[in-house]
Amino acid sequence: MPAIEILGLEKIYNAGFWRKRSKRALRPLTLAVEEGEIFGFLGPNGAGKTTTLKILMGLVFPTAGSARILGMELDDPRMKAQIGFLPEQPYFYDHLTARELLHYYGQLSGVDGKQLSPKVEAVLEQVKLSDSANVQLRKFSKGMLQRVGIAQAILHDPKVVFLDEPMSGLDPMGRREVRSLIEDLKARGKTIFFSTHILSDAEALCDRVGIIHHGELRGVGAVAELTAGVHGKVEIIWQGARVPDGIRTMGAECRAAGETMRVTVPEENQDAALEALRRERLRLISVVPVRSSLEDYFVAQLDAPVKSEAVSSQS
Amino acid sequence: MNSRVFHIATNTFREAVRDRVLYNLIGFALLMSAAAVLVGQVSIQIERLVVINLGLTAVSLFGIVIAIFIGIGLVSKEIDKRTLYTVLSRPVRRWEFIAGKFFGLSGTLVVNTFFMAIGVFAALAYVSHHFVSSDFGVLIALYFIVLQFIIITALALFFSSFSTPIFSAIFAFWLFVIGSFAQDLRNFSAMTHGLVRWLVTGAAYLVPNFSALNVITQVAHGEPVPLNLIVLNTIYALVYSIAVLSAAVLIFERRNLK
Amino acid sequence: MIASRRVTAIAGTLLVCSMVSAALLIQAVDDLRPAAPLQEMLYISSPKLLKRLCLGYDGLLADIYWTRAVQYFGGTHSRGGGTYKLLWPLLNITTQLDPHLIAAYEFAGTFLLAKPPEGAGDPAKAIALVQYGTQNNPNDWHLFYDLAFIYYDLKDYRNSAFAFLRGSQLPDAHPFLKIMAAQMAEHGGDLNTARMMWTATYETTHDKMIRANAAAHLRVIQVDEDLTGLEPLVEKYRARTGRFPESFTEMISAGIIRSIPLDPLRHPYRLEPGGRIVVSNPDELPFLDQGLPSGYVPRPPKLSPVD
Repeated sequence: MPAIEILGLEKIYNAGFWRKRSKRALRPLTLAVEEGEIFGFLGPNGAGKTTTLKILMGLVFPTAGSARILGMELDDPRMKAQIGFLPEQPYFYDHLTARELLHYYGQLSGVDGKQLSPKVEAVLEQVKLSDSANVQLRKFSKGMLQRVGIAQAILHDPKVVFLDEPMSGLDPMGRREVRSLIEDLKARGKTIFFSTHILSDAEALCDRVGIIHHGELRGVGAVAELTAGVHGKVEIIWQGARVPDGIRTMGAECRAAGETMRVTVPEENQDAALEALRRERLRLISVVPVRSSLEDYFVAQLDAPVKSEAVSSQS
Repeated sequence: MNSRVFHIATNTFREAVRDRVLYNLIGFALLMSAAAVLVGQVSIQIERLVVINLGLTAVSLFGIVIAIFIGIGLVSKEIDKRTLYTVLSRPVRRWEFIAGKFFGLSGTLVVNTFFMAIGVFAALAYVSHHFVSSDFGVLIALYFIVLQFIIITALALFFSSFSTPIFSAIFAFWLFVIGSFAQDLRNFSAMTHGLVRWLVTGAAYLVPNFSALNVITQVAHGEPVPLNLIVLNTIYALVYSIAVLSAAVLIFERRNLK
Repeated sequence: MIASRRVTAIAGTLLVCSMVSAALLIQAVDDLRPAAPLQEMLYISSPKLLKRLCLGYDGLLADIYWTRAVQYFGGTHSRGGGTYKLLWPLLNITTQLDPHLIAAYEFAGTFLLAKPPEGAGDPAKAIALVQYGTQNNPNDWHLFYDLAFIYYDLKDYRNSAFAFLRGSQLPDAHPFLKIMAAQMAEHGGDLNTARMMWTATYETTHDKMIRANAAAHLRVIQVDEDLTGLEPLVEKYRARTGRFPESFTEMISAGIIRSIPLDPLRHPYRLEPGGRIVVSNPDELPFLDQGLPSGYVPRPPKLSPVD
């Protein structure tokens, strides 16, 4: 049974005073996330990532379609006891201290009274906020709020954790901590669904990703599979400071690094480039394939025409 | 009461206290002290009357202002600040959230009124140097004022569940004003005809019956409050609040929280 | 740094000067404006409208209006009295807002009744107001007493007796109500009755101004009695000597009186040519209708509240 199952989820907003203007926030979305996976939900701002998460959290009601988490309906309290949610740019009751907030949330999640305090302390330790536990949240910096957010999402030991832009507002140290936290959660067997527009994070962490744009899912799969489809590049390094004509005509940018020159050219031009070097008797140092990045795949998908446009004009 | 409602209620109370709402008690204490000391010099023969009238009126007005000011933000503030998201993603049902907020604010007002009651009785003791049995009526008047607070809280919460704070404040305030004339409105409807009569009668019964909950003048003159009025008012406040809260839940359950 | 100090100095000076000028301007404007007309002073003159507007807090508003009424009366009185145009509207609003404010009816009974410059001099309104009070407070004997008093002052002894009777039938009624009912029925016009009435008022009221008023009236009765006693003695002197005495000393020498007679304020009476006995300080004895020096023009009264 998939941890998260989304079937044809759709959301149309009726905006404007007379509610005549309709806006499609989410075209019918179908997606499944297996237990124990880290799934990255990628897309530019306004793509529909947050809308999807809000529907899953029961904050927004879909216009069509359904979804299940851990096999249970979205409004089932038993299901909610087993999920955690970190919203985008979170904000918490600023009259409470971090410790009080976590106690409150723990109570709401139904954490047993005796276990609550040790769990709160443990999770504070985990997000490195033990020292600021008694400071009122109104005094917290953005990064600290983000960490409290993660703490409250995992406090009650949920099976599935939903994170909306978990790295936003964090400095590189913070981001690394969050990354290791997510890996740690996976190691404990949890399923993680997080949305982001920072592709390098997704590339590093995710087992699978889904790309969403204009409310439509453009591609789903393991990172390696997705990037394999895109034509790769090779990086060629040779000794010397000269650029052979053959390579110059390719139009690729050559960079000098110490006593060597390097250039990145598309895979199909590899043979021609090596031939050019050989003709000029330049000494080849290395030829290394550069994996196409997720970014390439991402950009390619975003440029692709909207698939379901034709379908929707019929409905 | 289930534990989630209880926890939301205590958190709402804690939030009100930390937002320094109880500081209004200082203003109230100053007012009552000034009144107790000055009343003998300004009015003649009616010190007790003035202290009770002024004290109870102040308790009523202060409390209604607090009920409206905090009530209008109970839901809308949580939506604006998005603190609601992490609450509703937990096993908290939407109606539990509304119920918790309601009990939290009502509880705050009861505590506030308790301290104010001490102030009123202190001022009364100061001007008349002893208590008479009719002073028990002051407690009844205070109880009715608390019932008024409960109704206003429910109304403010209702408006907060779908409207912005400004409009919620305006609606709640106007309902309070019209509710004070509720009895006059009902009498007036008897003199109208046709569609107007329908509308006026509808309004007269829809609007909270605050005129019956105000016994300040009676109590100030030491007149007793009949027991069946106490019973009927209690039931009315309960029933009306339940109606309003049900409406709030109906709206809130369906709301998309963007 | 220097710039901000300069700004501070300028802003500070501006602040002080503007505040002072504003205060002075307010004074100037006050002097310019004539005394505000009646309606404006009342702001809202309709009691029914006020009752609606006060959202059920009519008890407090009634107390406020009662305080205004008392201060209005006291203020006008200390400035020399007048017609007290606002007194009835203020008392009317007070009692409409709170029909159980007994003190207001008592005040009306005394000061709406009294003639200018002592009071508003409107007995009809006084009666109407006190009767409204008896309707709303049927078990309070004080109100019937007030009503009886008004009728007595209007020399309507029959209605006065009737009011006393109705009051005496109430529970806790003061025993003198019954006595007064009988007294009024038989001897309404007597000085003795007057004295009993004013003494009763003096002793039962808690209101300082009403008490001062009663004391002043009691003094008038005393003067009337004194004059009634002294005039025959003056006549006796004239019969003996053929002329009017020029001073009381002469009468003492003639053995007609033993000492110089003193008025209730312990000032000696004087003799005018023609044998009229007058008081020395008429200003201090308001309500006096006999024994006033010739050519005396009554000045605005001054009731001292502690009497």
